[in-house]
Amino acid sequence: MNAKRKGALLDPLFNENPIAIQVLGICSALAVTTKLETSVVMSLAVIAVLSLSNFTISLIRNLIPPSIRIIVQLTIIASLVIVTDQILQAFVYDISKQLSVFVGLIITNCIVMGRAEAFAMQNPPVDSFLDGIGNGLGYSLVLIAVGFFRELIGAGKLFGYQVLPLVTDGGWYQPNGLFVLAPGAFFLIGAFIWLLRTWKPELQED
Amino acid sequence: MLEHYLSLAVKAIFVDNMALAFFLGMCSFLAVSKRVDTASGLGAAVTFVLTVTTPLNALMYNYLLKEGALTWINPGWSGVDLSFVRFLAFIGSIAAVVQVVEMALDRYAPKLYSALGVFLPLIAVNCAILGASLFMVERDYTVAESTVFGLGSGVGFWLAIVALAAIREKMRYSNVPPALRGLGITFLVTGLMAIGFMAFAGIQL
Repeated sequence: MNAKRKGALLDPLFNENPIAIQVLGICSALAVTTKLETSVVMSLAVIAVLSLSNFTISLIRNLIPPSIRIIVQLTIIASLVIVTDQILQAFVYDISKQLSVFVGLIITNCIVMGRAEAFAMQNPPVDSFLDGIGNGLGYSLVLIAVGFFRELIGAGKLFGYQVLPLVTDGGWYQPNGLFVLAPGAFFLIGAFIWLLRTWKPELQED
Repeated sequence: MLEHYLSLAVKAIFVDNMALAFFLGMCSFLAVSKRVDTASGLGAAVTFVLTVTTPLNALMYNYLLKEGALTWINPGWSGVDLSFVRFLAFIGSIAAVVQVVEMALDRYAPKLYSALGVFLPLIAVNCAILGASLFMVERDYTVAESTVFGLGSGVGFWLAIVALAAIREKMRYSNVPPALRGLGITFLVTGLMAIGFMAFAGIQL
């Protein structure tokens, strides 16, 4: 694997993390992370759509007229999302219900459009595919970290299993309900960005 | 009857605020909230597009896509269920409406058009717009209800983005830790605003 492909795959994990640095795909990152299980399923769905849409768009990038490229990209992405949604409904119906509108919203997830526009339109298919996987993984990293803390702190559970025994069940852990609600997600992502930028000061804004 | 719609609108604006309770439209919410005037322009454009596209998509869903919706054309088609193509249909109609709005504004209100500038085409990929249409399907709104819901969601987004922009303008004078500057502190502020909006949660009309 040459340096460029490696970069396409690995850079998005930390240095160009789509959520913390590029500010793409925030909506779903916050909304589906109340539980670890939904975060994992959502991550897989986004990785699949992102890598395949990058690959497809890159394959036909020289055939797309620039003036209608947004519509073409949206059509490809929407078709891939429809397939993903149908697969989720067929095999993991409960989780698909919990994700509700957010599977459909992968279409307007800025990561997918953003990478199609910024990478896939200029690069060959295999590189674009790897870029899609890399960005998908960077997105998943944040999503799973946030899901982990929200479920653990908010309900004392992981993947639905009780890890910390609750006070109401005779244990010692008093769950912090704030983390299940919307504000907790904002605080966690803010803290994640803070940590990442303390670790890598070159990413700081002025 | 009127009360029902009023309650729906209040719920959409405050309780189920698009940006602060459902995290929709976050990308532009964070990116375009540096100044109050541009934030307000974006809010206005989003409100308008939401008010037009949500009922339009409701019409399309109820009379073309839903299971059995095609019976008004041919009674034999009562078993046809096209709801799986709704993503494609919705995003298509949203992109078309945004395009028409852009051309109409350019022709009849050039001042507003130049004020909105690049935000207008970007609205097509704002998740709040598609989100409202998908919520409309999930909650089974009628065409009239979805008009109210679209308008309410838009006003709620407008309110939230203007408030955030105002806070960020003031924040320029504060001494924020370097690693939190920009995006980090914006998230923390938004979190605090979300707590504020949770105070509306119990409102029932």
